[in-house]
Amino acid sequence: MVQPVLSIKSLVVEIPTRKGVLRPVDQVSYDIFPGEILGIVGESGAGKSMTGNAVIGLLERPARIVSGNVLLSGNPIHNLSASEFRKIRGKKIGMIFQDPLTSLNPLLTVGEQLVETIIEHLAVSKKEAQERAIAALEEVGIPAARERIGSYPHEFSGGMRQRVVIALALCAEPDFVIADEPTTALDVSVQAQIIALLKRLCRERGVGVMLVTHDMGVIAEAADRVAVMYAGRLAELGAVRDVLTAPKHPYTYGLMGSTPLASRGLKRLKQIPGSMPRLGALPEGCAFSPRCDFAQEVCKTGSSPFIADEDAQAACWFPLQHTKLRSSK
Amino acid sequence: MSVIVRAKALRRLFDVSKPWLNRVVEREPKAFLTAVADVDFEIEEGSVYALVGESGSGKSTIGKMVVGLTSATDGTIEIDGIAITGNDQKAKISEARQKLQMIFQDPYASLNPRWKVRDIIAEPAKLRGLEIKGLPERLLQQVGLSPEDADKYPHEFSGGQRQRICIARALSSEPKVIVCDEPTSALDVSVQSQVLNLMSDLQEQLGLTYLFISHDLTVVEHMADKIGVLYLGALVEEAPKETLFASPLHPYTRMLFDAAPRLDGFGREIDVPKGEIPDPINPPPGCSFHPRCPLATSLCKTVRPQMRLIGDTRVSCHHV
Repeated sequence: MVQPVLSIKSLVVEIPTRKGVLRPVDQVSYDIFPGEILGIVGESGAGKSMTGNAVIGLLERPARIVSGNVLLSGNPIHNLSASEFRKIRGKKIGMIFQDPLTSLNPLLTVGEQLVETIIEHLAVSKKEAQERAIAALEEVGIPAARERIGSYPHEFSGGMRQRVVIALALCAEPDFVIADEPTTALDVSVQAQIIALLKRLCRERGVGVMLVTHDMGVIAEAADRVAVMYAGRLAELGAVRDVLTAPKHPYTYGLMGSTPLASRGLKRLKQIPGSMPRLGALPEGCAFSPRCDFAQEVCKTGSSPFIADEDAQAACWFPLQHTKLRSSK
Repeated sequence: MSVIVRAKALRRLFDVSKPWLNRVVEREPKAFLTAVADVDFEIEEGSVYALVGESGSGKSTIGKMVVGLTSATDGTIEIDGIAITGNDQKAKISEARQKLQMIFQDPYASLNPRWKVRDIIAEPAKLRGLEIKGLPERLLQQVGLSPEDADKYPHEFSGGQRQRICIARALSSEPKVIVCDEPTSALDVSVQSQVLNLMSDLQEQLGLTYLFISHDLTVVEHMADKIGVLYLGALVEEAPKETLFASPLHPYTRMLFDAAPRLDGFGREIDVPKGEIPDPINPPPGCSFHPRCPLATSLCKTVRPQMRLIGDTRVSCHHV
């Protein structure tokens, strides 16, 4: 069996506050394999970005990992010191963030930023690094890369900037890339270009990608598998087609139903009553039970269900059977 | 059905020139950005008219001109037959404006954090001199919040609840037309559906007219009766919803539809759209879409297409 590039096992992140300990990430486990795009979806506050930050060692104090493992190509990275993490970040893990303007240094040309990253992580001469930087820009589809390498980030459009960020993330040849809402700030037509680029690079290089987004459409088109998060916990995990067309967890079912596409032709959209509970006031039992149409007594009082291993797909005591969403054709 | 909002040859330029001294020294002319170029549309009373487009297409500028937050450089806007641009009768204009309200995109930025919800909701009614006793409580109930929320401050509410407060505020001056500028793009999917349902219900109960501005085609398809597609400040296509989604005519509309992510698009490989939106200060000559258009010919590079009526659809393209 292929070794996963990233393996998260029962990860728990806690934030101690005066009012008690919050758990923005609770017992989350999944693997990402080479050449695979794993989509992470959920609403704001579900813990998607927090999981990503825990993986790349960018949790802000006082948030901390209290238990669980994060393995990168089989090696544990959850207990590395800050200086050890610096060596991995950029080299073994590439990062793409939402806003390309804030993730590039406005005072350096894109060439300088690429060369700096390449020299830091690969043993090459400055000249060689320059050539690699140009090749990296060409690969992400920036026209006239040789001329534009001396341009500053503000001289590029939003879509071109995000291409530069992708080139930066991939220039040190990482095995694993975290893309946190990479297209949320972009227009539809540019979004389509960036998604196509990410898919192509991931396939060609065999890079594992963790694609964090709130957009179900992007997940459907880009991801191979999807993990649905709710209130810091994994609600459902599985192949993207299975999860989106035959959701087992009532939350996924509700989420899919409430998108305007799934309710096409209906006068009113389906809706999930209420909103996601705050981390400080999680209900007893299953966190979704107060909003769930199918909740039984055990959901409200018993222990909360978790996805124990890769085979169990939904964290639900009563997973939905044979529920097919109306096809949005 | 009567027309309640009518925009004719609407134009808006923004002066983006360098400072005076630079212009003199560098001998540069003034520079203008055309945010909205000759846009015509009519909205029927009780209907939902949607404007879609990508960033820089001028959709928000049009919304702001309709409510009077920005002035039009040229062209006219009529509300219920009263021109609110280029009209000297101030009293008439303010009477027409009382029929308008607006809901903004970001519910975190559009509510005063120092005011109680009661005062926020009552303000528009107060300005019109309407009776405000018990009004905030009644409106809060109407938008699905509880009357006790009137004495709270905005920070005590979630994003979806804040947008409900914004809706309640818009309703308090009893408007006929509400301009909704991306009302749900800051919200999560499950909250978005609650707010959209609320807006549909209110429209039905109160006979409201919406000018609905959005970049999200799926939301527009759900809400709108008629849709106008904007590109670089100009209306490129306008049609009733069913017609537009069944047979989009303009190549830009088709590109937009094709590029939008689909829920059933598993592993879909699309024809990736060419290029990006050009610089609005120096837009391409002729049809502004021609550098990205698969149908473009030499005619498109020089002559700007006029609006033509094909069936139910108004479209500005030489080749459809």
